[in-house]
Formats: sequence, structure tokens, C-alpha cells
Amino acid sequence: MTMEIFLQQLIAGLSTGGIYACVALALVMIYQATHHVNFAQGEMAMFSTFLAWAMIQAGLPYWVAFFATVLLSFVLGAAIEFVVIRPLHRAPELNVVVVFIGLLVIFHSVAGWLFGTQIKEFPTPFAKDAWYATRLMSAHQVGTIFVALCLVAALFTFFRHTTLGLTLRAAAQNPASSRLLGIHVGRLLMLGWGLAAAIGAVAGMMVAPVVYLDPGMMVGILIYAFAGALIGGIDNPVGAVVGGFLVGVLENLIGTYVVGTELKLSVALVLIVGVLVVRPAGLFGRRIVQRV
Amino acid sequence: MNRASALAGNFQAGVRSPAPVRWPWVAALVVLAALLAFIAKGYVLFQGSMLLSYAIALVGLNLLTGYNGQISLGHGAFYAIGAYTTAILMDKGGVPYWVGLPAAGMVSLGVGYAFGRPALKLQGLYLALATFALGVVAPQLLKYKHLEPWTGGVGGIVLNKPEAPFGLPLSADQWFYLFTLAVTVVMFVLARNLIDSGSGRALRAIRDHEMAAESMGVDNRHHKSMAFALSAAFTGVAGALSALAVQFVSPDSFTMFLSISLIVGVVVGGIGTLWGALFGAAFIMFVPAVAEKVSKDAAWGVYGVVLILFIFVMPGGVMGLLNRVSDRIRRDDRR
Repeated sequence: MTMEIFLQQLIAGLSTGGIYACVALALVMIYQATHHVNFAQGEMAMFSTFLAWAMIQAGLPYWVAFFATVLLSFVLGAAIEFVVIRPLHRAPELNVVVVFIGLLVIFHSVAGWLFGTQIKEFPTPFAKDAWYATRLMSAHQVGTIFVALCLVAALFTFFRHTTLGLTLRAAAQNPASSRLLGIHVGRLLMLGWGLAAAIGAVAGMMVAPVVYLDPGMMVGILIYAFAGALIGGIDNPVGAVVGGFLVGVLENLIGTYVVGTELKLSVALVLIVGVLVVRPAGLFGRRIVQRV
Repeated sequence: MNRASALAGNFQAGVRSPAPVRWPWVAALVVLAALLAFIAKGYVLFQGSMLLSYAIALVGLNLLTGYNGQISLGHGAFYAIGAYTTAILMDKGGVPYWVGLPAAGMVSLGVGYAFGRPALKLQGLYLALATFALGVVAPQLLKYKHLEPWTGGVGGIVLNKPEAPFGLPLSADQWFYLFTLAVTVVMFVLARNLIDSGSGRALRAIRDHEMAAESMGVDNRHHKSMAFALSAAFTGVAGALSALAVQFVSPDSFTMFLSISLIVGVVVGGIGTLWGALFGAAFIMFVPAVAEKVSKDAAWGVYGVVLILFIFVMPGGVMGLLNRVSDRIRRDDRR
């Protein structure tokens, strides 16, 4: 019996870990491209999920709404890069952080304004009695892990095996040289932001059936995703995914066996501060040596 | 130490030095603020006390973020620590409020130092991240069931209103407003002295170029962790005052959005300015109330838009604008 509870918690952890991995991946994308941490990532994902909810309420089938939301989020993310982030190219760190916080509260309040602050149910595309549902894992959990892994595989292929992915990495790593080679860096940054927003949207739609939909739903998830990204090394996509899954499992196991569910978020805080202090580059990250 | 700060001061020479305080104006402002106690009553005085409390918190955050360049997105947590320290001491310990207030400052100082010391390793963005997490976690920690005997859990703690001492013919509202005003004056004077001192110059030197400051002999570790501790202490005192003004503390008054409000106040008032705190406090005190007439959620939208607009259009905040205007006027006079 205890073994079964343990396994259940482990699997639940892997399932939420998949969500954290997705958000962490989105954070890493933006960090790699611009060396900024997007504090608004969670609220952007929440907003996207509300868009999906509105479409489903309007009578669209789930998967149509899903892909329409991903597309819309991509456009929205790219637009934000173009309108708000690009002018901050050379601004001091504080200004950039403050603008991200500004975006966070704007998305939060617009979502509350348009869709109301009461908690809503969000459907899952994975039927309860699907063949892949087992006694230990609900269909939604299996589906979430599957979607997260697909996303990771797709991104990995994109970055490693396509020309566009290669140019995106080049533009992020060395904008000046890339420009000299004729790469349109600005457009690629928009692409990076669009992708990050789209990934966030998927994460939002996957987590909403579990935590229910309301404007505050992503705040905690963003913190876990931060922890995941930092554990893996914030400049490493594979690390972010591993970190995300790890945080999901740790959160569930520590929550069940050590501190109780009320203090789960504090686990994330301890993880963040701990990782930053002990191993700032994360498990897979590279140490950055700065030239003075 | 003195030599080190002098060197740091030289390093700073190219940067605009803080404008001299025009004491007569300050005295007039304080007298006017004190007179308000005898003109206004009830709710207006409450608003006045809250405004002053926010102003102290903003001075605290600005010491850290504006003057020392360490970004904190979680100062709401220190505000909460101050409020809860006072509330618990008064409720469980039966101590008077004028003991609870400095105690709140001391506890926040200690916690701030404890958090600031490991945070030394965190540069800009990472510090923002860690403090953001702190701000989000704070209400959850306050609700924690094993702390409930002290914190009162979700229900919080109800406090009594401080009465005027020595049989002064003042109502409780009037007395508390004047008390808050006095504390505010003390805190502003402390902050001004700190900023003008050698340590203050060292703080700014670290902000402008950490490595250069270090090679000039500034003890970066000491100054940065003390900046964190002092900043937390200011914010803690502010939180204690707010707890006394509201006469109630509960975890949900100290959410992440409180921390965000404080950042909004600093940006609106002017990053790295002392008097900007008053404008910032007025902004976070009154703008949400106005915006809420449009929609309950609109307040945050207004915050967001204002934040982004200020960064793009008026990065110096209100004080930056005022300084520019007064420079312009002085130049015109000379012609």
C-alpha cells in the first residue's frame, strides 16, 4: 500500500514535472536568445489558456482550439518582442526586469477583466477511460507526460537538425557575427519569443484541467519552472527539461513525506536559493567566465 | 574604511552628486503634514498614515535597488515580517506598540541580513529571481499550520488602536498619524545621512561598477549584505506601522502583488532618489482606488501600463522629471 502511494506520487510528480519542464523550456528559450528571464512567462501562458477556454466555450472542438491557441500565442509572443522588448536592447537590467513585471500584471489584470476571476473548469483532451489509462496513472497524466516529451523532441530536432534552428542559436550566441553573415537577428528573436509563448500555451492548457483555470494559476508553476530551469542550468534546454521533471517529482515527494502540501512552494524557494548558492550554473549549465 | 569610501567617492566624481537638502522646505512640509492631523479626521488620517508607511518601505527598497543596484522583487515579505513581528509581540507578548515597532525593525534587519548574505552570490537577474520566489512564498509560510499558534493562520491577528499617551487631547487617529509622521521623519533623516555618508558613496560605487569599487578597497560583501539588511529593516518598520494602522494582519495582505506595488512605487517616484518615495507612495496609495472604479482588476492593468510607460518615457520617475524642470528653470534664470 505504501509502495503504491509512493508510485502514485512519483507519477503525479512526473506529470506536473512535464508542465514545469515546458515552462522551464520556454524560459530557457528566451534566456538563450536575450539573456533575460521572462517573469511574465507564466501569466502569458495563463492568458493563452483563457483564449483556448473562450474558443472551446464558443463551440470549437478541443484540438482546433488547441492549435489555434498555440498559433495565436506565437503571434502574441513575437509581437511582444517587437513592441516592448526590442527597444530595451541596451537598457540596464533593472529596467528590463521592471518591464517584465509590468507585462505580468497587465496579463493578469486583462485576463481577470475579460474572463472574470472565478475559477473555471478546463477540459482535458484525454478521455478518462482511454486505453493508456492505468490504475496508477490517469489518462491526463499519461497525456501530459507524452505531450511534454513530444515538445522536447520537436524542439531538440528543430535546434539540432534544421537550418533555421542553427541560425536561431547563432543569432542568440553572437548577434554581431550573425548579422555580418546576413542573418536577420531581429526576426529570429521574434521567432524565439513566439516559440516560447507557444510552448507556454501548451503548458497552460495541460495544467489547467488539474489546477483549474483562474488568473492566478500560473504564479506557483512559474516558480517551480524557475527552479527547474536553474537546476538544469538556465542556458541548457535539455537541462531545463530534466530539471523540470526533477522539481515535479521532488515537490510531490517532499510535499507528501516531509513538509506537507502547504509548504510545497517553499521547497521551490529553497531549491532556487540552494542551487544558486551552491552551483549557480546548474547541473548541465556552463560556467560563464566574464572578461573585464 | 574612511579612505576606501573617499576613494570610492572619487570614482563617483563624474556622477551627479545628490542635491543638497533644502531644510526650510522640509521643515515646512513636515509642519504642513502635522497640521493635517487637526484638519482632517478618520479615514483621511488613516490614508495619511498608510501613505507614510509606504513611503518608508519605498525608501528601504530604494536603498537596496536604487542606490546599491540589487533588484528585489520580494520586499513584501519583509513588510510582512515587520507587520507580523509587531502584531505577535503586541498580541501574545503584551508589549506596547512603541516597543513593537523597533523590534519589527530589528527582526527584519536580522532576516534581511540572513537572506542578503547568501544572496551576495546572486548577480542582478538571479537575485531578482530568488526574491521573486520569496515574495510568492511569503503568504504561504504565514499560513503554515505549525506557526498558527503565533500567526493566527488564515484568520490573522486583530490589534488594538494605540491611544494618545500622557492624557494628550488627541483622538487615537490623530495620535497615530502624528506618531507615524514622527517615525517617517526619523527614517528619512537616517536614510539621508546614510546616503550622504562614506558608506552611502560605497553603495553607489558598487552599483556603478562592482569590480572597480572592490579594487578601490570597498568591502563589497559587507556593504551589500548590510544594504540588504538595512533595506529590510526600513521595510519592516513600514510594515509594522501599516499593521498598527489597519489594526489587523493576515497572510493575504502580503501577496506577491504587494512586492510588485513596492517596485511600482520606486519606479514612479524615481529610482535612486530619496524624496521620490513620497510620490511613489501617493501613487500606490491612491491610483488603485481610482482605477478600481473602472473594474476590479483594472488597478493592476494601470500599474503594468504605468510601469512600462515610465521605463520608456520617464526612467527617472517623478523626481527625475522635477530635477530636469528645476535645472531648466535655473539655467533660464542665469541667462
